[in-house]
Amino acid sequence: MSTQPADARVVVIGAGIVGNSLVYHLAKLGWKHIVQVEKGPLPNPGGSTGHASNFIFLTDHSREMTNLTLDSVDQYKELGVFTQSGGIEVARTHERMEELKRRMASSRSWGIDAELITPEQVKAMVPYIDTDIILGGFSTPGIGVVDSLRAGTIMRERAQELDALTISPMTEVTGIDVEDGHVTRVRTDKGDFDADIVLIAAGVWSPRIAAMAGAEVPLTPAVHQMISVGPVPLFEDTVGEITYPIVRDMDTNMYERQHGGDLEVGSYAHRAILMDADEIPSIAESKLSPTELPFTQEDFDLQMEQGLELVPDILGDERVGIRHAINGLLSLTPDGMPILGETPEVHGLWVAAAVWIKEAPGIAKMVAEWMTTGQPEIDPHGSDIARFHAHQTAREHVKARSAEGFNKTYGIVHPAEQWESNRDVRLSPFNHRERELGAMFFETAGWERPFWYASNESLLEEYGDRVMPRTAEWESRWWSPIINAEHLAMRDRVGMVDLSAFVIFDITGPGALAAVQAIAVAQMDVPVGRVVYTPLLNEAGGIKSDLTIMRLGRDQFRVVTGGAHGMGDKKWFRDHLPADGSAQLSDLTSMFTTVGIWGPRARDVVASATSGDVSNEGFPFGTARSIELGGIPVLASRISYVGELGWELYVPMEQGARLWDTLWEAGQPHGIVPFGIGVYGTTGRLEKGYRAHGAELDLEFDLVEADMLRPKVKEADFIGRAAYLEQRSRPPVATLSTLTVDDNTSASGVERYMLGREPILTLDGGPITDAKGRRSFVTSAGSGPSVGKHILLSYLPPEYAVVGTKLLVEYFGERYPVTVDVVGSTPLFDPDNSRVRS
Amino acid sequence: MNILVCVKRVPATAGKITLTADDRAIDTRYLGFTVSPHEECAVEEAVRIVEAWGGGTTTVLTLGPEEATDQLREAMAVGIDKAILLGTDGGEWGAVATATAITDAIRTREAADGPFDLILLGNEAADTGDYQVGVRIAVALDRPIVTGVKGLEVGEGTVTARREAPGGGWELYEIPRPAVVTVKEGINLPRYPSVPGRLRARKKEIERVALDPAAAAPSMIRLRVPVEKESAVEILGEGPEAAPRVVEVFRRLGLIA
Amino acid sequence: MILVVVEHEAGAPDRLSVEALALGRSLAEATGEPLAAVAYGPGSAAIAGALGASGVATLTAIDDPRLAEYAPEALGKAVAQLVERDRPSVVIGTGSERGAEILAHVAARTGLPLAANVTEVRPGDPWGVTRQRWGGSLLEEARLDGPIRLLTVAPHAVKPASAAAPSQVAVEAFAPDLTDRDLRVRITSRVPAEAGVVSLADARVVVGGGRGVGSTEGFAELDELALLLGGTVGVSRVVTSAGWRPHAQQVGQTGTRIAPDLYIACGISGAIQHMVGARSAKAILAINTDRDAPMVTRATYAVIGDLHTILPAIITAVRAAR
Repeated sequence: MSTQPADARVVVIGAGIVGNSLVYHLAKLGWKHIVQVEKGPLPNPGGSTGHASNFIFLTDHSREMTNLTLDSVDQYKELGVFTQSGGIEVARTHERMEELKRRMASSRSWGIDAELITPEQVKAMVPYIDTDIILGGFSTPGIGVVDSLRAGTIMRERAQELDALTISPMTEVTGIDVEDGHVTRVRTDKGDFDADIVLIAAGVWSPRIAAMAGAEVPLTPAVHQMISVGPVPLFEDTVGEITYPIVRDMDTNMYERQHGGDLEVGSYAHRAILMDADEIPSIAESKLSPTELPFTQEDFDLQMEQGLELVPDILGDERVGIRHAINGLLSLTPDGMPILGETPEVHGLWVAAAVWIKEAPGIAKMVAEWMTTGQPEIDPHGSDIARFHAHQTAREHVKARSAEGFNKTYGIVHPAEQWESNRDVRLSPFNHRERELGAMFFETAGWERPFWYASNESLLEEYGDRVMPRTAEWESRWWSPIINAEHLAMRDRVGMVDLSAFVIFDITGPGALAAVQAIAVAQMDVPVGRVVYTPLLNEAGGIKSDLTIMRLGRDQFRVVTGGAHGMGDKKWFRDHLPADGSAQLSDLTSMFTTVGIWGPRARDVVASATSGDVSNEGFPFGTARSIELGGIPVLASRISYVGELGWELYVPMEQGARLWDTLWEAGQPHGIVPFGIGVYGTTGRLEKGYRAHGAELDLEFDLVEADMLRPKVKEADFIGRAAYLEQRSRPPVATLSTLTVDDNTSASGVERYMLGREPILTLDGGPITDAKGRRSFVTSAGSGPSVGKHILLSYLPPEYAVVGTKLLVEYFGERYPVTVDVVGSTPLFDPDNSRVRS
Repeated sequence: MNILVCVKRVPATAGKITLTADDRAIDTRYLGFTVSPHEECAVEEAVRIVEAWGGGTTTVLTLGPEEATDQLREAMAVGIDKAILLGTDGGEWGAVATATAITDAIRTREAADGPFDLILLGNEAADTGDYQVGVRIAVALDRPIVTGVKGLEVGEGTVTARREAPGGGWELYEIPRPAVVTVKEGINLPRYPSVPGRLRARKKEIERVALDPAAAAPSMIRLRVPVEKESAVEILGEGPEAAPRVVEVFRRLGLIA
Repeated sequence: MILVVVEHEAGAPDRLSVEALALGRSLAEATGEPLAAVAYGPGSAAIAGALGASGVATLTAIDDPRLAEYAPEALGKAVAQLVERDRPSVVIGTGSERGAEILAHVAARTGLPLAANVTEVRPGDPWGVTRQRWGGSLLEEARLDGPIRLLTVAPHAVKPASAAAPSQVAVEAFAPDLTDRDLRVRITSRVPAEAGVVSLADARVVVGGGRGVGSTEGFAELDELALLLGGTVGVSRVVTSAGWRPHAQQVGQTGTRIAPDLYIACGISGAIQHMVGARSAKAILAINTDRDAPMVTRATYAVIGDLHTILPAIITAVRAAR
């Protein structure tokens, strides 16, 4: 037995598919002195990898997850452990058939070969299926199965061949030492390892291990039931593990897949059975393995009946026995995404957990790039462990959302679908007023935000068809024409909006200016009282975020960013503050609440309630200062995300209600309307071509492509500056453009409105791919009530990024004509920006 | 052909056994439940005999808590027709009390439906290993019994049972029917339940008879996990290179010259 | 009186009976009661001499020509009659299949409780015993009630021990009151063991195979090594459940208990149900990929790695050594 180095640069905890992929990628990227610690034996230590069904479906509605899956498949193929079988998602209902069309569109957007097929075509590929109960299928030839244990062994061996890895199996972690907020040591029952980087890839045990260092990993172990039946007479003569395509019976949340002579039947449909990481048995206590728990038959009864309906020839055969049945443990998270990255609590403590077989090698590569260079090729923001707000790591939240999300595994999930569990966690001071107005609340980061107000229903009559009413059920879901009516009223008169979900933090101290200069692309050495909108880049020039910064004093900068990505932004700032302590970050999110007031009469409303000068000269665009409004001091910031004259108004939380009432009363003579996030986040912003992080902006696109260049690049150095200069020196291979739909009428005569992620196609229906291999797809979509068009944003390669170009967009299996109206960031509405500066 | 099979719900142990805090039961938090392998074979044998006879009724009986209906349904999933639960409150029952309760239940059932041609049990329960319940039932019913059976033929009026003879070979017993037989694993290879079998079993009625907990008469005071002797294992090596050292061991033990 | 039901072969009590007698003698010493034995079958009276070493005072030989062939029901009735006559304070049977069976019949006929597979007895009020559950993976401390305490002794739980001075054994013939109906269960015919086959229970070397062997074909190397060492093959329950080998080769709680000089366990993880069948092996050589499998940690020797590469190397090396 080889001896373990007492000092390791990095300790990887766990030897499942994630830990194994990570040691390989870290070694490949040049790291040495990696120690991999595993509690169980090798090659199957007893975690979720050991009982995974090991198949890979390619298409996910999330581009990040799809790209990671595709990369993983490439890696599995290179390792020689991938067996292509094809896979078919079948539909039993009309609604599901529509969803399959939507998956077809996502496949086209992400560049995956797939097709919709008839029940007879399904039968031709999977002869044991009963076509009477299905309406069709969504077939993806590139789907297959992998040997994840073998893959792990090969990757460990490769890391060893690079002389980078020492493996210590049967070694249980007993503690992780942290000094001054930095990880220093991993303690185990076989001795201690000094390390300045520790990576937890311990699957369902990750929360338990992270807790040893005082960090939270908000995942919960949950049960996935699986039975294996055999011997199947039909499979007697087949060679190898799998011959027939894997079938996902989407409407019953089940899958059926050949495994040698057996058919495996798995389910995500039973009630969510959640556990605590501390409840998982030890290896010695387990019958099979710690993550293969005794089967609970009663939870699977319904699934057996449903499986029998779909594959009666096999499951109805009395000679075919249930040879194996388990309740397998896997990891669920409150938002269904993995948990990756450095923990916000402890420097040097990284996590890669809640990862499925299908995406593990791709995620490992991404995390390894992130760890070694800070520049992952695929943007991890959706999976970043830093994304969680405090309440989102609470046990109750994790359990409630994981349980609710479990049955969505194969569900038809609307892009705007709202969570039902654990709501009303963060309420603005105006919440009671909003309820009185009949607010329809959507949740962001725990905040309940009005998306529209029932009280504005009367506006529908006022604006008639200009509200672009929708008749198709899908895009009417989680939507109301009132949103568009609020939009028009705001543009015509004035509106007020609850912006409480902002994440707000101050950077202060003698080094504050230098600190923000080093992080922001925009010039931050501006007079006190200026408001600056700026992107943030990573070293590679990828877009990390975009946000606004107010200079409130010589040594005080107030950063305001969105609730959804704000926690990641906060970590980014904190991680890049000067080491000498000359600048500090203080989180003011829970101290301030914000109301936005915008529209042509916004000045009239504000002026009527303040003695301060709010004239265009006295309070120009892009400035911020404190004014007294309704008897309370208010920090007013004259910017806009909807392209209208107005302010963001910041007050201490307890004075929020007073501010709201003041504006409400002062606004009555001017016809003020409350408007919701539907206007703020979609219609208003799209008419103005404002980019949103997570939709248009992420690490895979740059500022040139997003057409967010400043005329000059500031002298001061900032993160990503070199890459940014390089990007500016060459023409973009794609440019973010604004398109509008020329004709929304479907074949059946219904007006249809895209919601985002749809593929943009050439007039002959071909996909559009840029020089970096990225498909053109809709990054954001929504109504433009003031321009009377349905608006789509999409990156287009130069040959198509020409105003007036005619293209197609695919939506639910049909194609609609679109026109490129704007190339770059010029707004569709008020292109001169005269309104916002008036 | 009318056959009764008696089974017992026991924890599906495999790894380390841990006990509950009061040391009176196995900690089953992480364990599933099953019946003894002997009893799985008894169930299979009953189904096969009725199949071979081309007709008859098989009944499975257990004494245990309501959860033991899982084991009754497992038996019905592989072809047993009827089930009887002698319901307890989950507490342990002594062997005498168990045999008495089962005997009473058999008498009641036989008075109504006629005698069982054959009563099958496992040779011993996997957990308590009392080695006596079958014999007590047979003696109480004044029926012949053969224990430890690994081969069974049911003829007209007789049963021929074979079991391993001390020192090798087989001994055969031909006994009159009705009879009691306790079987051992190896008598057959039990089938797996089919999906239709499971679904049928789910819908079947289970006859429940409530037992008086006061009759349980357990003699157990406490349980104890024996202390494992930690052997200092001598690792001879890894892979084929270890072969010469293995041969040395063989020589040391006198297995080769 | 402490009464031990003795099984015998070749004119002497068998090994398990000697163990039962050792327990009986310790109880006789503890209670000051005499130690008695009862034997059945042809030649019962002739073992008297061999019982002196165990300190037996009297031997009762069950004398009925109809019991020339083993008949458990009738024997149970006969012993029960003897027990009713003599009212011993303890009746001890062996943990063999027959010992357990006869005591069960005695218990059923007398209505007395019976403790099976006892490892320790504590006279007192009430009497206490320690007995095996789960084939010995678990121990139970229990009360043993009744004016007459019935028990069987767990195999190999009590060390055979000779009395300080051999006793004089008085022999008595006992004619039980049996009807023909009591003889309805008896051996009616026999099938002899296959010639030349090493019995698993008696083999000096057992080459064991488990899940790690992988298939029926995978056993070729195990068969070869067993042949080479004059032993036989044993298997874990996984193997018989998969149909790779017959159940007769199964070692464990529901299979055969083995006691070889060396148990070569190949690809067997060591579930408790298997280990209880192998615990009487004098030495264990584990061949396993998993260094920390229970079988390896409880073995005397271990080789880590794939049995399918290691066994051929061992076979070659053994051949070369000859």
